[in-house]
Amino acid sequence: MNQTVKNTILFAIIALMIIYTGFAQSWNSALLIVAMGLISSIMALGVNLQWGFAGLFNVGIMGFVALGGLAAVLVSMPPTEGAWTTGGFAIIGALLLGAGTVVAAVMLMKRMAPGIARTLAVIAVLVVGFFVFRALLDPAVQAVEAINPAQSGYLGGLGLPVLISWPVGGLFAAGAAWLIGKTALGLRSDYLAIATLGIAEIIIAVLKNEDWMSRGVKNVIGLPRPVPYEIDLQNSASFVERAAGFGFDPVEASTLWVKLLYIALFAVVLLILLWMSQRALHSPWGRMLRAIRDNEVAAEAMGKDVTARHLQVFILGSAICGIAGAMMTTMDSQLTPGTYQPLRFTFLIWVMVIVGGSGNNFGAILGGFLIWFLWVQVEPMGLWLMNLITAGMSEGSALKAHLIESAAHMRLLTMGIVLLLVLRFSPRGLIPER
Amino acid sequence: MDLLNAFIALSNYVLIPGIAYGSQLALGALGVTLVYGILRFSNFAHGDTMAMGTMATILVTWLFQSMGLSLGFLPTALLALPFGIGFAILLLLGTDRVVYKFYREQKAKPVILVIVSLGVTFIYNGITRFIIGADDQNFLDGERFIMSARDFKALTGLKEGLAFKTTQGITIVTAIIVVALLFWFLNKTRAGKSMRAYSDNEDLALLSGINPERVVMITWIIVAALATIAGTLYGLDKSFKPFTYFQLLLPIFAAAIVGGLGSPVGAIAGGFVIAFSEVTITYAWKKVLGYVMPEGLEPDGLVQLMSTDYKFAVSFVILLIVLLIKPTGLFKGKSV
Repeated sequence: MNQTVKNTILFAIIALMIIYTGFAQSWNSALLIVAMGLISSIMALGVNLQWGFAGLFNVGIMGFVALGGLAAVLVSMPPTEGAWTTGGFAIIGALLLGAGTVVAAVMLMKRMAPGIARTLAVIAVLVVGFFVFRALLDPAVQAVEAINPAQSGYLGGLGLPVLISWPVGGLFAAGAAWLIGKTALGLRSDYLAIATLGIAEIIIAVLKNEDWMSRGVKNVIGLPRPVPYEIDLQNSASFVERAAGFGFDPVEASTLWVKLLYIALFAVVLLILLWMSQRALHSPWGRMLRAIRDNEVAAEAMGKDVTARHLQVFILGSAICGIAGAMMTTMDSQLTPGTYQPLRFTFLIWVMVIVGGSGNNFGAILGGFLIWFLWVQVEPMGLWLMNLITAGMSEGSALKAHLIESAAHMRLLTMGIVLLLVLRFSPRGLIPER
Repeated sequence: MDLLNAFIALSNYVLIPGIAYGSQLALGALGVTLVYGILRFSNFAHGDTMAMGTMATILVTWLFQSMGLSLGFLPTALLALPFGIGFAILLLLGTDRVVYKFYREQKAKPVILVIVSLGVTFIYNGITRFIIGADDQNFLDGERFIMSARDFKALTGLKEGLAFKTTQGITIVTAIIVVALLFWFLNKTRAGKSMRAYSDNEDLALLSGINPERVVMITWIIVAALATIAGTLYGLDKSFKPFTYFQLLLPIFAAAIVGGLGSPVGAIAGGFVIAFSEVTITYAWKKVLGYVMPEGLEPDGLVQLMSTDYKFAVSFVILLIVLLIKPTGLFKGKSV
């Protein structure tokens, strides 16, 4: 059995599992799995670019995904009335000043001769800059957050079509990745891991607390959508007629149709990114990356600029995660910073890449769909298992109630076991690198 | 100017909480640094090891409480602690046998072991939530304060109160005892010396007849004890919630790296550096400055450099600064 047949069978199995979900549970949940599977696959592609191609250990995916979500809010929401004039420009000014302070400090570090004078000068610049920054920022932030706090209380967005936010989300993530890469990529591998883990937490902390930007934990809801609303479809006579022609009632047909439209949009993005990744993998650039991954010293001796290539691939992979983040926020039509958790948005993606097969783009996509399917379906499966185990116990016993209640926690356990089993018995993943 | 009151306020809000938090971080960072020194990988499962050990301690505590056992004014958890440590030792030795040993024999790359430890994190986290749930658990009993703010005021007649929680006292005393024991073990006993030798140079240690499996086993036992003690102290002082323990990973790693991975002294120093920077930068200095500054110059605002929600950012920035200036940490760590 050659590789292509095997891969086709693997993908067919996943398709069958999703179709089975459609028949056994509902087509709505099946299509939702497909849509989120597509988004997960895109994130896995990004991580695969970093880990599979270049061997970079990035555990800050959550941060890049969240930045993509922020882009969706900043691009698509309508601007808040009066927010810009009362404090918006002052906030931007303060932020520029803050950035200027950091740049000035870095310049001083580079220009002045090392010694006590330099240290003192840098500290003085940073301290003075910080207090001026706070003095400018705080009143402006208060002014913005005072505008109708129950509904807006933030700057709002640009009011552009939400689809534009997808590339913008990529740019946001790329910018953050550039900053991290510049400081942390020169360091050792496990320091990069800690650095990315930390940066992700900080991005989430900023999203949760800077209410002027995206309302923090008050959440931005009701983002504009790139697809029609279900209620409009149900009110449209032609749609109801067509749905009836296929034997669907209008409510179900409208929800399915909206999901199908999202799936189509996501599939287009995935295919474009997959094509680009495949081209990158088989280009001289891709071969150079793999050479660096396999033996950094030898590649450097051959005249390859290891740090620059690492920075490049780190930015590209993070940008892909940012795009996926913007897509996810678009589909949810809300940004809820409280729901971003590293186990769900960082380590789950890692499980996808490892299980699918690191270094292989199709493996990443397979992993994305398979692990997302498991993530969604383990809970009902766990509940079923618990019901089976506790069937013999007396009704109302504390242990039975506890076991059934904790079936929800089966997910993490299952993911850990899947990851360890794959690493142990098939360390190159389901579709290994060629 | 009222330096005495200023000092009391500073101790109450900065020094004592900082020392207690620093001790907890130091104990956690010691575990991370030992695994790094002997097994040569960054153990992402450490936070969840702490959660597992603490969970076992809590369950035994509840059992003792229901049996009516107690330590008087001390929390019952101290009585349950040895059982928690025992559970954590069995857990880590079992995990090592089932999971890590295979990769050690394969001489897998450290980063593979890191990913493996991610899988272990998932499993520990799942088991913890499975058994005790994802919610806050309270298991503190006994006397709450060694010295409450009101008693202090009555005793000294000062305007500022100084509260000293029992848990903070226990944390500091336990940390001192544990660290002293650990250093005695590493420096004076045969097993401890073989551990340090193995950490310094694996090949030489093997040549001189040190059994690597024994060294690894001792390391896991010590790490289990450290993790459970650190986790229980943190849980007593603040509260036990599985997710917080996962998040503790960040300051703990920051502490271990700032001190220099693989260096026990560095881990302790790093723990206090991180703890004090977090506390001082997120503390509102209004009160202290109000006493110190001359009449009429007292600050109007809170003089809080950053809101408390950014404490992760603080530990991370300290980490970055140290790494950029001294890439191997304050006390020369090692690199794989």
